[in-house]
Amino acid sequence: MSATIDTPPVEERERNLEEVETVTIRFAGDSGDGMQLTGTQFTNTSAVIGNDISTLPDFPAEIRAPAGSLPGVSGFQLNFSSRDIRTPGDQPNVLVAMNPAALKVNLSDLEDGGTIIVNTDEFNKENLKKAAYASNPLEDDTLKGYRIHRLPITTLNIRALQEAQVKLSRKEMDRCKNFFALGVLYWLYDRPMEGSLEWIKSKFAKLPEVARANEIALKTGYNFADTTEVFTTHYTVRKAVIAPGKYRKITGNEATAIGFVAASQLAGRPLFYGSYPITPASDILHELARHKNFGVKTFQAEDEIAAVCAAIGASFTGHIGLTGTSGPGVALKQEAIGLAVMTELPLVIINVQRGGPSTGLPTKTEQADLFQAVWGRNGECPAIVIAPATPADCFHMAIEAVRLAFKYMTPVFYLSDGYLANGAEPWRLPSIDELPKIEVKFADDPTNFLPYKRDEQTLSRPFALPGTPGLEHRVGGIEKQHETGNVNYDPENHHFMVLLRQAKVDRAAQDIPDVEIFGEKTGKVLVLGWGSTYGSITSAVEKLQEEGKSVSSAHLRHLNPFPSNLGEVLLGFERVIIPEMNLGQLATMIRAKYLVDAVAFSKVKGRPFQIREIVRKVEEYL
Amino acid sequence: MSTNGNGMNENKMDDALVDEGAGGGNVSGGGPSPESEPGSVVAGVPAPPPGKLTKADFTSDQEVRWCPGCGDYAILNNVQKVMPELGVPREKVVFVSGIGCSSRFPYYMNTYGFHSIHGRAPAVATGIKSSNPELSVWVITGDGDALSIGGNHFMHAIRRNLDINYILFNNRIYGLTKGQYSPTSEFGKKTKSTPMGVIDYPINPASLAIASEATFVARTIDIDVKHLGAVVNAAAHHKGVSFVEVYQNCNIFNDGAFDSFAERAVRAENVLYLEHGQPMIFGKNRDKAIRMNGTLPEVIQLGSETGLNETDALIHDAHERDPSVAFMLARMEHPNFPQPVGIFRDVQRETYEDLLAQQIETAIAQKGAGSLEKLINSGEMWTVE
Repeated sequence: MSATIDTPPVEERERNLEEVETVTIRFAGDSGDGMQLTGTQFTNTSAVIGNDISTLPDFPAEIRAPAGSLPGVSGFQLNFSSRDIRTPGDQPNVLVAMNPAALKVNLSDLEDGGTIIVNTDEFNKENLKKAAYASNPLEDDTLKGYRIHRLPITTLNIRALQEAQVKLSRKEMDRCKNFFALGVLYWLYDRPMEGSLEWIKSKFAKLPEVARANEIALKTGYNFADTTEVFTTHYTVRKAVIAPGKYRKITGNEATAIGFVAASQLAGRPLFYGSYPITPASDILHELARHKNFGVKTFQAEDEIAAVCAAIGASFTGHIGLTGTSGPGVALKQEAIGLAVMTELPLVIINVQRGGPSTGLPTKTEQADLFQAVWGRNGECPAIVIAPATPADCFHMAIEAVRLAFKYMTPVFYLSDGYLANGAEPWRLPSIDELPKIEVKFADDPTNFLPYKRDEQTLSRPFALPGTPGLEHRVGGIEKQHETGNVNYDPENHHFMVLLRQAKVDRAAQDIPDVEIFGEKTGKVLVLGWGSTYGSITSAVEKLQEEGKSVSSAHLRHLNPFPSNLGEVLLGFERVIIPEMNLGQLATMIRAKYLVDAVAFSKVKGRPFQIREIVRKVEEYL
Repeated sequence: MSTNGNGMNENKMDDALVDEGAGGGNVSGGGPSPESEPGSVVAGVPAPPPGKLTKADFTSDQEVRWCPGCGDYAILNNVQKVMPELGVPREKVVFVSGIGCSSRFPYYMNTYGFHSIHGRAPAVATGIKSSNPELSVWVITGDGDALSIGGNHFMHAIRRNLDINYILFNNRIYGLTKGQYSPTSEFGKKTKSTPMGVIDYPINPASLAIASEATFVARTIDIDVKHLGAVVNAAAHHKGVSFVEVYQNCNIFNDGAFDSFAERAVRAENVLYLEHGQPMIFGKNRDKAIRMNGTLPEVIQLGSETGLNETDALIHDAHERDPSVAFMLARMEHPNFPQPVGIFRDVQRETYEDLLAQQIETAIAQKGAGSLEKLINSGEMWTVE
């Protein structure tokens, strides 16, 4: 194979350029191979040239599992299209496998007849053994039926860098091979290299030799694909027809962080973020820590409990008290969240859900913390629960969380998940004046001031900040006397206060938008979802509707309380199917509240639903 | 139950003193008085004209519900008494507590207050002080609250050096849950949960605070009213975390825990009052002292018989940055040594909230004040026509 590089360039070689609508590529390699970076670069370039994109990074929980091993495989799936797409694609059309383990882990996902690009250099005896291959899959029948391109990427990369007399160690040069592979893919899908070249330049500004090496690797990969006979055809994907406007690519975690900074600006209150590092939420802490010039205070606490308690303390002084974590962290914070319910202070809790229970699957996605958010505390302890539907929606729902927390003086759960957090899509940038205003009112009049007196409309209590003369008062976790807020153990008062706190959260229903129906208002099947299943559900329902089927969908972004019109919406359909990455938590809530015989469609594999899985499920009920 | 009587009497006595002293408020004796230092600042708050507030201004309308005779009454009285001396307006004061008998404290102070959950008061206080450094923040906690369930927050809140006052009421027992042993209970102690004796080894709060990089560590005794007031006053004036351990008698579940040195009759003999710059002399006749013998402290008898005098005693240096001697002193215990009280350590280090504010200022200086427009419109963008 290594002879291929010596093939003299053929001038003006004619190649087939074929137009395709949608392509799904999965990049897979060792955790140390830079697959996340390669995937991200390809995504950025595709977004900038106008394709619609959706991504699904899939990385191991171990930072660097032994090189070449099965647990060490890291993957990044990208769906890019000239159509409006909502998911990272059911099945990859193309698999880039940098070693035998990557091939082994990902092959079963590849579509029948799909394309495989392998780095043949890594298919040696040792790596085959680590990947538990008894014989070399490149030489036996394993890959029968696939289109396979064999590239000695390691050798080609090293040779190109040696020829250019790059002054780096062999190990350092070897690290550039992901850019070689990226170059190959850029040629194969007719993408420009400029964006990535710029990125290399700025990323390695202080390491010019590393920058030069990566640049050479990228260009050599591109030219190699262009000038050799390995590929007979390359492909182009046109610009997508999507709503006009200015766009940027954004992941859910980025949108979440920016959304809370925006909420702080819109409310005119500083943001305090208390957090303890945890996968997959840590990137929110990293991102917020970069925005101190917005007055953002980030506090890396000693533990999850301190993180939420400090956020509550900050709320008490009138900051936007925010804490962020994943499921295990929420379990630790729940007592403190109960304190915020009792003291009726605004607080937002981000839960970037991951596979559970216990440590579970830290890097994989799941939606199994809905019950935990709605009911997971001691006593009757209601809180508002909302959930963004897409990575870009994370921005808008962050603002919504803060709006509701202040207006109803209550904790608000914001349920993201690993798929939203790390997945990316194009975000149409909003103008500032289309963002909602967040009204924050503080008490300042000592006349007849009572810390637990109620606003008639919202049932929330006045917000009197320390520092305000004449409004000195005490809050705490012991039951409060109605209006005075004094410690009170009277049975009638307790009964009353329990009902009052519930009624206050229920009142928020008057303040949230109706759930919208995608499709007809009545029909055979309604597919109801929440959170990150939005893309798969909507795409599946759209497909069925195109086939003339009587199917609609509705997606909940508010889960406690539910939108006021939900009961009526459910009654319009013969069947309600609820796909969830849990064992039917929303389905249970819907059944309990509306007495509707909803069907729970459960999947807990740490991966999002495929469109076709939902299509098949719905077809059973048509 | 002699302490009961003492406690109650002293409460009444304090009230009388405060009434007399209303306007002046200079009752505490000891520590630095803000009135004597014009422009003195507690927690960044400029002092208002002296003499404006009284103890009554800091007393809430809530009925105090501790057991009659509890040492908490004396501490509450003294804190209420010291508050007007600090010159901080009432609305700028926040008391934060956890769970336990002592943690009911904020309800009785007519300031802002936050009765939080078990062990977490330092974390709540961290959020309060970080987000509003102008507030004078007080953490009230007990030995179980601070050192058992809240042990982690104790260490981290202290090492961060927020400018908060952290008062630990140490009664060496769980009171609110009715008599189980605490992390400071003596080894072997028989309690409801340890009928055959405690087999946990107790922890020493002051030495733990020093080991946690505290910048101010003091100890006092509930019934030693004057000393308590002076220590609280000094703690309030220290910029940075001020940790104060108060030996507090629980007359129901652990009565007399500190009698062997704290009782009025034996106190002078058995307590060492640490004072910065002074030799460590104690005893009713001030005829005993502490000196170093190699790397360990020892008690020496002063006088003609031994030929030792004041100059042989160790001089207390609360401002020494090296915490070794303070640590050693914090671990001296009666009856082998006199029980030391007073300020073990009082050094300066930048506070967490100041450093946080500086980072924000630097970020604004470097990047300009945040613009929402720019925040949204950043990264790689493209336009769809």
